[in-house]
Amino acid sequence: MSDEPLLDVSDLTVSFDFRRRSLAAVSGVSFRLARGERLGIVGESGAGKSVTGFAILNLISKPGRITGGTISFEGRELTALRAEEMRQVRGNRISMIFQDPMMTLNPVLTVGTQMVETIRAHAGVSRRQAEERAVEALRKVYISSPERRLRQYPHEFSGGMRQRIVIAIALLTSPALIIADEPTTALDVTIQAEIMDLLLKLCESERMGLILITHDLAVVSQVTQRIAVMYAGRIVELGETARIVENPSHPYTRGLLAALPQSAARGRRLAQIPGSMPNLTTVPAGCPFSDRCERCESVCRERIPPLTAKDTGCLAACHLLD
Amino acid sequence: MNALKRFKDCYFLYSFLRDPLAVGSLAVLVVLTVAAFAAPLIAPHNPYDPATIDIFDASTPPAWTPEGSEKFLLGTDAQGRDILSTMLYGMRVSLIIGFGATILQAFIGIIVGLSAGYFGRRLDALLMRLADVQLSFSTYMVAIFLGAVFQTAFGMANYETFAVPFLILVLGLAEWPQFARTVRASVMAEKKKEYVEAARVIGLGSRRIMWRHILPNTLTPVMVISTVQVANCIMGEAALSFIGLGMPITRPSLGSLIKAGFEFFLSGQWWITFFPGALLVLLIVAINLFGDWLRDFLNPKLYKG
Repeated sequence: MSDEPLLDVSDLTVSFDFRRRSLAAVSGVSFRLARGERLGIVGESGAGKSVTGFAILNLISKPGRITGGTISFEGRELTALRAEEMRQVRGNRISMIFQDPMMTLNPVLTVGTQMVETIRAHAGVSRRQAEERAVEALRKVYISSPERRLRQYPHEFSGGMRQRIVIAIALLTSPALIIADEPTTALDVTIQAEIMDLLLKLCESERMGLILITHDLAVVSQVTQRIAVMYAGRIVELGETARIVENPSHPYTRGLLAALPQSAARGRRLAQIPGSMPNLTTVPAGCPFSDRCERCESVCRERIPPLTAKDTGCLAACHLLD
Repeated sequence: MNALKRFKDCYFLYSFLRDPLAVGSLAVLVVLTVAAFAAPLIAPHNPYDPATIDIFDASTPPAWTPEGSEKFLLGTDAQGRDILSTMLYGMRVSLIIGFGATILQAFIGIIVGLSAGYFGRRLDALLMRLADVQLSFSTYMVAIFLGAVFQTAFGMANYETFAVPFLILVLGLAEWPQFARTVRASVMAEKKKEYVEAARVIGLGSRRIMWRHILPNTLTPVMVISTVQVANCIMGEAALSFIGLGMPITRPSLGSLIKAGFEFFLSGQWWITFFPGALLVLLIVAINLFGDWLRDFLNPKLYKG
């Protein structure tokens, strides 16, 4: 493995400006991703997972903006790129897959048109060559008779097929990194496994990095090598997947794992974390999780815990583990 | 061949054929349009050629009345021109102006609406206020003002040659906000959808996203207003001609024919005004009925079931 990481996010802060004040949706997030490595970002809705993903592509929509930190990708600083240069990175070196394949394909253009357009936006090839590449990409995601399928519109495909097409589009330019934002949430369970398998296989065969954003710990534990758990805009635990799943350090991660149906004993009530995640205006001072934490102490209400190495071999942000 | 078969099987055609009103109005529209553009071939006389006009034929009533002449089916006007022929030629002028002005309106309106909706903020505020200002002037006021300026500047002799493009320009400039507002509204709704986000993630530029991804998704309402606007523009042109600011009587449109005959209406020569008027009504009603059907078809909330 080369010593330079593919992606190095350090101290990333994304704020949304409102009339009175500005609220940080993501604060001080740092992580690294090696070439071909797969990272899962886990957390509840509103934890800042998707915002982190969009920030990497520099696509935060107003009134939000990146207010601090650096994002270095393949040795280039993405936050400093001009709009034109950034467009050459988007969809070319970094691709993104969204939650709902029904929504991400343009309903009035054929699948082929959309694929050819993507290729030609980044490579100076003829329409014919682009079409051949599109056929090739569809074959990779197991779409049968791809030549005929290219001429069809998104509504002529099933949900699972559409998501496979979205993945094919993401792969068209052989990116070094794919950001998948809840790629299986909108699909039914049998299809979910199929799509995750496909994504995993393609990442391995093409040696692509993957950032998998999801709230589904089960999916993450099967696919990724490392996990970052986010809570209220911060990473609260970061480490190797196997270690975190077997031996979580942070109380929040423990709560999440305990809440999984398969970890509860038969016939018992499922465990839950009391309360709900604070929204950005009501994050408590000190540790953001303090209000819901069973073991909360006075220090938790005063200082924000830093992300430090713990005995378990993971990084965690909690005062009580030192 | 394949495309033809697909068209034959599609729901659009099926639903069209099941609505007699739609079929009827489109049939009328097609017949009238063909007749208008084939006027030089099918009209019995050429009203633009002074050599064929005889002043002694002036004010001949329609052929079925006692004083009527076999030569002129619907009679002649005060200069001796055959009414049927002038109507066919006149309808051609009306249709050209109606479609031309609508295309110009759509062209300006789509560009303005798309930019306003997509870029938003200041540009949006500026363009939409401009549209509001434009709409606060009535079409006729704009047309009368520009018409008066134009006619003084170039003189009546030149006016005749430029009348058609001039009227297209005036009507086009007067009502583009209709398109701009509609397009802006749908662009704002489409812009928030994920496929637009996905297109940005792919790395496409704003212009490409606007024209290739958003615009096709906003064309449904544009098609519906287009039909209404064609009818509106034809009426607008007729009204302008009626008050003497439209087509000159030497190259008459339906409106100027109505006006020309109106002077003689009370002295019993009803046919000069009546036939062009009836044709105008038929044309407008056919366009509007077809537009109504199109709107119902394209609006899934209004399915008749």
